[in-house]
Amino acid sequence: MKTLRDVPVGQSSTVLRIHGDGALKRRIMDMGITKGTEIYVRKVAPLGDPVEVTVRGYELSVRKEDAEIIEMQ
Amino acid sequence: MEEIKIALAGNPNCGKTTLFNDLTGSTQYVGNWPGVTVEKKEGRLIGHKNVIIQDLPGIYSLSPYTLEEVVSRNYLVKEKPDVILNIVDGTNIERNLYLTTQLVEIGIPMVIAFNMMDIVRKNGDKIDTKKLGEELGCETIEISALHGEATRQAAELAIEAARKGKKTELPHVFTGSVEHAIAHIEESIQDIVEPSQLRWFAVKLFERDEKATQPLDLPEGTKSHIELHIRDCEKEMDDDAESIITNQRYNYIQKLVSDTVKKKAVKGDLTVSDKIDKIVTNRILAIPIFIAIMWLVYFISVTTLGGWLTDWTNDTLFGDWITNGATAGLEALGASDAVISLLVDGIIGGVGTVLGFVPQMILLFLCLSILEDSGYMARVAFIMDRIFRRFGLSGKSFIPMLIGTGCGVPAIMASRTIENEKDRRMTIMLSTFLPCGAKMEIVAMMTLVCFPGSMFVAPAMYFVGLGIVIFSGIALKKTKYFSGDPAPFVMELPAYHIPTLKGVWIHVWERTKAFMIKAGTIIFTMCIVIWFLMHFGPSGFLLDDIDGSFLRYIGEGLKWIFMPLGFGTWQGTVASISAEVAKEQATATLGMLAHAASEDETDVAAAISTMFGGSKLIGMSFLLFNIFDAPCMVAIATAFREQGTRKWGWITFGFQMMIGYCLSLCVYQIGSTIAGSGFTFGTFVAIVLAVVAAYFIFRKNPYAKRKGNNISAVEANA
Repeated sequence: MKTLRDVPVGQSSTVLRIHGDGALKRRIMDMGITKGTEIYVRKVAPLGDPVEVTVRGYELSVRKEDAEIIEMQ
Repeated sequence: MEEIKIALAGNPNCGKTTLFNDLTGSTQYVGNWPGVTVEKKEGRLIGHKNVIIQDLPGIYSLSPYTLEEVVSRNYLVKEKPDVILNIVDGTNIERNLYLTTQLVEIGIPMVIAFNMMDIVRKNGDKIDTKKLGEELGCETIEISALHGEATRQAAELAIEAARKGKKTELPHVFTGSVEHAIAHIEESIQDIVEPSQLRWFAVKLFERDEKATQPLDLPEGTKSHIELHIRDCEKEMDDDAESIITNQRYNYIQKLVSDTVKKKAVKGDLTVSDKIDKIVTNRILAIPIFIAIMWLVYFISVTTLGGWLTDWTNDTLFGDWITNGATAGLEALGASDAVISLLVDGIIGGVGTVLGFVPQMILLFLCLSILEDSGYMARVAFIMDRIFRRFGLSGKSFIPMLIGTGCGVPAIMASRTIENEKDRRMTIMLSTFLPCGAKMEIVAMMTLVCFPGSMFVAPAMYFVGLGIVIFSGIALKKTKYFSGDPAPFVMELPAYHIPTLKGVWIHVWERTKAFMIKAGTIIFTMCIVIWFLMHFGPSGFLLDDIDGSFLRYIGEGLKWIFMPLGFGTWQGTVASISAEVAKEQATATLGMLAHAASEDETDVAAAISTMFGGSKLIGMSFLLFNIFDAPCMVAIATAFREQGTRKWGWITFGFQMMIGYCLSLCVYQIGSTIAGSGFTFGTFVAIVLAVVAAYFIFRKNPYAKRKGNNISAVEANA
């Protein structure tokens, strides 16, 4: 399964599905990462984690560990 | 005239606070929502005495998962304000409208204010707000809160909407089998729920949001009937109910936005904010820039300007001018020594200590507000998160910890910038473990007394403090409170903008005022009590004779507490008690006692050493206890205030006392054994304590949450 974690910096990809349940899943979806959304991976923090992505026209920071529940195309 | 309540609702960073300040001017009341430490702000609309504006916390959704969201929705559903003024950031419209689609279902008349329209126009984008309003069934207005553009009209529009009441049709957010299922749920609860709140409760029932639907108290039959509808829908959509709702909301918004918003900017174009961010969070430059900014904040507010102002307030203003002036004045009036001492040493001295922090506080908050309002604070968290997450905190805890090495009081206040309640509570508990400036005075004195010339004691204290922060963080994260429902670190990185003078000043003033009021009242009382104990004894009033004071008797009475730590003498006890007034007071007290014992000035260090039986180990134990127990009472009072509840204030205090006590007990008892005093009961206790501590640090987290990447129930069934 390819997840958001695997998308290289500077590339975009489309969300296929969000796995898991509860607070984390809901929070990720509330922030606009839903099925079919395009996500652009902008950069990685200086210490290697978290990553900064562009989604629905704004910037979002997601930990790599959490990015694993977002399945990408 | 009838009172009208307007609730301001919107995403974080949508300009809500700016609008609130613009509408209410200086008539605000700031407090906490009952029982929680989420900030509650209320004010009256300028020029309308009967219109109250309630500022809700900045939220992205009305889910049951964060405190801010629960507070907001409880207020909206239960208190039923007359109208909601929903602020939508025009530059970030899709995500902002997501909250709007939820707010509109609550059944309260609503007006949508599209904010930052000046920037939208400048970017060359076009938003058909009129059409958006028609689709969503709300009146709309374009504003710019920053420039005060059309803000008054927005409020007028809200008042009008409140008078008219809600009559419009709800937008058609949900489609197909989802709408079908929700309509079915509505049907089955329409006798229990007010018509205006029907949609809200139906959607919440569909989402299986128990926190929201519990007050309905539905019969089992209805519940299982509803559950059937949800199951069918979940099966058809191949997703869980909560996600189905979120997906459909965003699908609806996407369509709505494509019909009403025309973006000019081509993809790939860099805005000014993007360019700044490219440098500021650059892989190589980020850390040096970060260190430079932090150093500047620390330099301005703690060491140079802030330090000078605090020293000046303490030593010159209160220590010299006011003190001497008051003494001279009182003497001229013929006041007795006791009265002069109470007023000058007790009250002026005590209150002066609190006010001495104020200039430092103002400067610190000034720096922090600029960092926050400009958008850099979110980047601090972004950069530091990796490190702080290791011991259960997030990147935002960095600043309080850094400030803590200067002074614990502003450190605790700086934790206000952490939105997550658990992270904030833990940061307040831990940030005072790093030795502050005043504690360094004790370090300096005890180094002189026990380890003359040693260069390692001071740095060692920082490392011990750091170790305590890290291991306490790890251990606390495995307790029930701190591990339950971890808040995901999914954080917006807002666009950079230049902070406004007004916005920054309001931040600074609110926080400084809060500190002065609470710390001031507690300290004032404590100062009088301590003064009395120091200056009165069985023989009546004493001027400078601590040996005969009640404090000494208390010391004699309480010294058993410190016996297991090795310094169970009345002097050691009294010094430790006075360290709670202000940490540097311990050195003053010991100095005073040493003078009483020996007349020779140069022999003070030797005299203090004698008080600790000439033992380096006891001296070390005394040092460790006073550095790593609870901070001084100004900081304790601040922690009580910032924790919001008494219970959490005591938890913080108790935890800090426990750490200081256990640490110095272990060091003293195990140290004595190694030094050759044999294996005693004390050694046994110390070993048990060390094992217990190790257990709490290294045990497997019994409350560990399942990670998000397992398959949900729906997928498993499919």
